[in-house]
Amino acid sequence: MSNWTRRAFVSVGVLAGGGILVGVAMRPGNRADNLAELVAGENETLVHAFVKIDQDNIVTAVVPHAEMGQGAQTALAQMLAEELDADWDRVRVEEAPPVAGYAHYTVGRGYLFKDLNLPDIVVPSFEGVMMRLSNSLDLQVTGGSMSVRVTGTYGMRVAGAATRDMLKRAAAKAWQVPVDEITTEKSMLIHGATSRAEPYAVFAAAAAGMTPSYSPKLKQLEEYKIIGQPVPRFDIPAKVDGTAKFALDVRLPGMVYATVKRSPVFGGRIASIDDTAARAVEGVLGVVVISASESDTFIGAFAVGEAVAVVAEGYWAAQRGLRALEIEWDGGGNETVSSNSIFAQFEQDISAAKDRKIDLEQGDFEAVFASSQKVINADYRVPHLAHTCMEPLNATAEFRDGHCEIWIGCQNPLGFRRAVADALGIRADNVTLHNMLMGGGFGRKSRADWAIQVVHLAKTVGRPVQLIWSREEDIRQDFYRPAILSRFRAAIDESGELEAWQNTYVNKLEPTEAPLIPYDVAAKDIGHIDSPIHVPWGAWRSVDHSQHCFFTESFIDEVAVAAGRDPLEYRASLLKDHPRHLAVLQKAAREAEWGQPLAQGRGRGIALQESFGSIVAEVVEVTVVDGQASVDRVVAVIDPGFAVAPDGVTAQIESGIVYGLTAALYGEITIENGSVVQSNFHDYEALRMAQTPQIETFIINSGHAAGGAGEPGTPPAAPALANAIFDATGQRLRELPFSKHLQFI
Amino acid sequence: MKKKLSVNGVQHTVDVDPSTPLLWVLREQLALTGTKFGCGIAQCGACTVMIDGVPIRSCVLPLASLEGRQVMTIEGLAPSDEKLHPLQQAWIEHQVPQCGYCQSGQLMSAAALLARNPEPTDAEIDGAMQGNICRCGMYGRIRKAIKSAATSRIAQSELHTFDKTDEASDE
Ligand code: FES
Ligand code: FES
Repeated sequence: MSNWTRRAFVSVGVLAGGGILVGVAMRPGNRADNLAELVAGENETLVHAFVKIDQDNIVTAVVPHAEMGQGAQTALAQMLAEELDADWDRVRVEEAPPVAGYAHYTVGRGYLFKDLNLPDIVVPSFEGVMMRLSNSLDLQVTGGSMSVRVTGTYGMRVAGAATRDMLKRAAAKAWQVPVDEITTEKSMLIHGATSRAEPYAVFAAAAAGMTPSYSPKLKQLEEYKIIGQPVPRFDIPAKVDGTAKFALDVRLPGMVYATVKRSPVFGGRIASIDDTAARAVEGVLGVVVISASESDTFIGAFAVGEAVAVVAEGYWAAQRGLRALEIEWDGGGNETVSSNSIFAQFEQDISAAKDRKIDLEQGDFEAVFASSQKVINADYRVPHLAHTCMEPLNATAEFRDGHCEIWIGCQNPLGFRRAVADALGIRADNVTLHNMLMGGGFGRKSRADWAIQVVHLAKTVGRPVQLIWSREEDIRQDFYRPAILSRFRAAIDESGELEAWQNTYVNKLEPTEAPLIPYDVAAKDIGHIDSPIHVPWGAWRSVDHSQHCFFTESFIDEVAVAAGRDPLEYRASLLKDHPRHLAVLQKAAREAEWGQPLAQGRGRGIALQESFGSIVAEVVEVTVVDGQASVDRVVAVIDPGFAVAPDGVTAQIESGIVYGLTAALYGEITIENGSVVQSNFHDYEALRMAQTPQIETFIINSGHAAGGAGEPGTPPAAPALANAIFDATGQRLRELPFSKHLQFI
Repeated sequence: MKKKLSVNGVQHTVDVDPSTPLLWVLREQLALTGTKFGCGIAQCGACTVMIDGVPIRSCVLPLASLEGRQVMTIEGLAPSDEKLHPLQQAWIEHQVPQCGYCQSGQLMSAAALLARNPEPTDAEIDGAMQGNICRCGMYGRIRKAIKSAATSRIAQSELHTFDKTDEASDE
């Protein structure tokens, strides 16, 4: 296939494992239009879309993931640079623009096929199918801890290796020497025997004309020089001097500002508005009603409720204008729903067990329960939670001559582009989306509701509009982590051995395996009931794992206690077939000095969860005296397969733990009269420095398939803390947040 | 109504409703976007600036109250274009920021702390930083970075305070 073109490439579905396939090879004289913006300078050759090498021998990794703060872009660049043998000091990253040619097939494969381990050489037709699938889904998602494990493994590394291979062949041809005599080091091609050495850049153009290898040889673990090193992140310097550009920092000539309000009761609409007072506020330019719509992007359809916006010369005027609006809302029938009524409904539906759907069924659990010595029952519940990204939702848009330009920080640029195009009734080609740095994402920024609002405003107003949500709107119009009620029953025999595990909960979402347990139990029955409510739901850091891990890892602790056994030893005894889990659990216990006596009033708890391909155990130490509690220490161990950027993984675990502890200590969205009670950080609190424990993170590089780091730290935090509180006090807390029972100092 | 405002040693004249909080004047009138909006009610610290050396939440501070006072924002924290503030250096060294959105506010609170207390204890650090939320949870790194900046010799000699006001104007 010397005539390797994008068409041939897509239709044949060429290619093992990733990068080059999505990236589209480009050569001088054959620039695909939709990738042209990746090649900024005259002197650059885009070898393929994941990597470019310029005349100065700078290697740029073109990274298809938005930077939420995980340092993913640096890790991806490390993976590329490793296989390319690039000079790390001359490696840069650049985020790929959301153009159709970049539709993110590697992510699509990871998402749709879960943990499918693909062989090095993948059946072409399968690749072709995947390519089409992900194109049609408009995938370019940051989330699901997807970047390193999927893009990195199947994309970046393959791209790096293939590029190096092409460069070597190009050099061999020019120098008239056998290709296997050529070595590479620090972005140089070297032929030792003839003492020749040239930078990659010299052969970049020639390499681009080579047919890429379908299955370039990847390095072995022990050959790594860049992967696994704690390299400084590219994005950090701009984040200490105020120059990092978030969506909120976009400034356009003639730009006006806007802020919005939707019906406090989800799904409600405007009955009437009196905007006389609002229009009289100095600086207010107008009041715009944004009609309700439906959107159907990647992570599921969602409704965008009717909203009213005030447009003004500045945000302050817009906000004062919004407050001056007199709005009567029509709640649409949900005005009486409350958290209490929601949990009463869950309770009723679980007890009725109507249409129970099975997640996992094994063994003769009915018989075991009928004959068992001891049965343990417990109900667990978690409330709704908001995301409260540090940067409130905002975006800037301009609409001119049928073309829309939008600046936004989002987790799915291609999906957003499509959602915006649909909302405006134009083709996606007529939308240019600039993805900006995100002040936190955590799942919230995968739903395009506010993007649809801002483009509507830009079109109506006819000037560039920056839409900024108030924190109050951000908390009251979220897509919430779902509230769940989960009912457990376990049976143990006379020696305390676990014989049966039964679990029924409401409203199954993603990922499907979240309620499953790794423990070896002969009889298991796990299932769920659909119990729909009007509160919108969305992905929340680690999605369903954060709730189910709290349930299952608390309940297994209860079972251990009922059996009169040590919670660590009990778990370990049930993990004989899960050596990775066991190693993680035992290392966490060891590092935390499990078993060493603690002072009066102190306690220790452990929890374990596999999520997004990584296994994490956490041991929490807590002090509880007279109802006052402090979380003192957390020891975390993660097996992510292999930590490409160990300090990045450590930071992600620290971050995930604080996020999980915030939820465990304080997190509660309460529904009253069909709407959210909480409004800002004074009543929806976040963990602050004084309440944050000392966190110690350890990494096990087991060499298994790459797992995520951004999310797996979160799930074990709440149950490990619950188990520690039980250890300290004998009180079993089966409901979040714990601040309902204890005061955290 | 025209108002004078001194930011990072530069005199500005702005024409805006005097009830407007400083945060929005910085961001919208002066295009100094390093100072962030997080809550608008003095609960999160994202908008922290220094006024006459004291850390203040600019989201609740009306422009009208600033006559004759010196505002310092993150853009003015480094002593020169070539040199970072010791805290900024420590932030890079300890790889503090995740998303980075809270960090301008964190740095301004920390800088104000070290300016008045060059060797803070853990409890003093906690106390001074309690008004700054980091939803990415980087508190442990922030604390470490503050301590290492405090102990570095540079920190002792170069903690940044305003001693001069350039009489420049943006008009
Ligand atoms: S924005 Fe000022 S404290 Fe939050
Ligand atoms: S670094 Fe993201 S909020 Fe602090």
